[in-house]
Amino acid sequence: MAARLFPLARRPRGFDATERSLTSPLEMRRPAYRALYWATVTVLLLLALTTFVPLFWLFTGAMKTTQEFFRRPPTLWPENPSWENYERVWDRFNYARYFGNTLAIAFGAWLLQMLVTTTAAFSLSKLRPAFGNLLLFLFFSTIMVPGAILLVPRYLVVADVPLLHVNLLQTWWAIWLPGAVNGFGIFLLKTFFDNVPADLTDAATIDGASAWQLFTQIVLPLSKSALAVLTIGTVIGSWQDFFWPFLVLTGAPELNPIMVALNNFGSGGGNPLNLVIAGSAIAAVPPIILFLIFQRQIIRGINLTGLQG
Amino acid sequence: MATTTGPAGTIAVSAARRDLARRQPRWRRELRRNAVAYLFLLPALALFALFLWWPIVNAFLISFQKVDLRNDPVWVGLDNFRTVINDPLFFRAWRNTLLYTVLALVFAYLVPVVLAIAINEVRGKDFFRLAFYLPGVLPPIVALLLWRWVFDPGPGLANTALGWVGLESQAWLQSADTVIPSILVITTWGGVGGAILYYLAALQGVPASLYDAAELDGAGLWRRAIDITIPQIRGVMLLFLVGQVIATMQLFTEVFVLTSGGPNNASVTVMLLLYRYAFEYNEFGNASALGVLIFLFLSVFSVGYLRMTFFKKG
Repeated sequence: MAARLFPLARRPRGFDATERSLTSPLEMRRPAYRALYWATVTVLLLLALTTFVPLFWLFTGAMKTTQEFFRRPPTLWPENPSWENYERVWDRFNYARYFGNTLAIAFGAWLLQMLVTTTAAFSLSKLRPAFGNLLLFLFFSTIMVPGAILLVPRYLVVADVPLLHVNLLQTWWAIWLPGAVNGFGIFLLKTFFDNVPADLTDAATIDGASAWQLFTQIVLPLSKSALAVLTIGTVIGSWQDFFWPFLVLTGAPELNPIMVALNNFGSGGGNPLNLVIAGSAIAAVPPIILFLIFQRQIIRGINLTGLQG
Repeated sequence: MATTTGPAGTIAVSAARRDLARRQPRWRRELRRNAVAYLFLLPALALFALFLWWPIVNAFLISFQKVDLRNDPVWVGLDNFRTVINDPLFFRAWRNTLLYTVLALVFAYLVPVVLAIAINEVRGKDFFRLAFYLPGVLPPIVALLLWRWVFDPGPGLANTALGWVGLESQAWLQSADTVIPSILVITTWGGVGGAILYYLAALQGVPASLYDAAELDGAGLWRRAIDITIPQIRGVMLLFLVGQVIATMQLFTEVFVLTSGGPNNASVTVMLLLYRYAFEYNEFGNASALGVLIFLFLSVFSVGYLRMTFFKKG
């Protein structure tokens, strides 16, 4: 906290004896420890290579000509790197449509999820209704209900919604509505809202602010970082989601999000492997960029969940 | 978190408005407050009821019914369970799934712990964190299409790499002997980074004084890691242990996309079996019965998980 308020008042590096981990700076002067240190770094670098090589393979593979692509042993670096495969797959795969679908699905899922989780968390945190703790328990405890038991009955609900008797299959509602059920999100936001000072909300209440004004003008604006964490999670999640959209949109290929379309393109057969790889590479770019941009927020989200120790 | 200070005296209040609030009887104010609160809860209550609470109850009901999407459900007693248990693939699917789980506990679970501790000791922490997390950013379908190509017995990278070190080519996903380890390599590759993020966060919370004290007492590197680091991050480790078991016991997408359970059902899992009942044979009752069995199996772990995450804070 102090460091954030006074960015210049940082402690000098290497001066503070308490800033150590498993190994101490003093130990590191001994040759045996130096050797162990560099061995560790080497092993880590080699292992990091195993994450980079497949990614490198993905993006360069798509730049090879068909003959080079299938050559054995393969060339490590494309002989004549070209964007041709990318261009071909872009036309053939109808990316614009699937990108658009994915964006629409992600936006709807985000909107609905925000509406549902923020209102519930606000009510439980600031309005404190009777049985509030029981409800929080019911919301949160269900995050560990395994998908194995939910898959079939949830599908049946979507196929024929109880009381309303509408069929949501082959519509995006089948993704949006169940997607808004996020017990963890409610729990996360509730703990965050709890930290909004009661002085602030009490004062506003006494000044005659309604619950809705309290919600939109005080609590939400003060919780931007928690909302950002949920937003990033929802958007990246929507982009990566495969199985549920695959299931409920079967028979409506024009509504498919990108991952379902990509799987059909790649697993259906009939499409050359190098085009499939080019298509995969294109589909991998947006989440990688999103991650690189929002890295800090994602890490902060992990700290927010309070899993330390 | 209890409120200790009231706002009185700090803020100018309209006296008339305060009087108005006072004039309402207490029970009416309480009722109004609860009504407003439940109005805010309404969307969540409706959606949770529809897509979570009712399905959980219904899962058990369906497991005693014959359900397809054409006819009305019929009660059939324990028939679904009998069908599922007598399925010749039932035993195979459970054996495979347990094998996946045990192997995942040895590899996918332990690797990130060791890596996180190592990364925490070296310079370039940010680089390594990013490097190991990148595969986790890749959409699963992209990762699976990529790995199918890497494991391709023809132009695949895996066999090429084996060739460099002078080993024989393998059929990977197309051989009953190697299909399960191959799938585990893929899930580990994708999952390690996320776990490392959490472990690194936990490692920041280990007090330096503990290490100092142990070092003064003459504890070596290994002793400190075992006696201080591991116990200090035990909470996260337990969570991931349970999470790993729950996730791997329901392994599905990888098998579904890569092998459809093949070759010759060598990689079939219980979730894949469940999928087949529901969406290939249109026997939702059978599928739900299997779902209930998986649920019962996981209950032990789930209850443990709940106790660790929820009650600890309450």
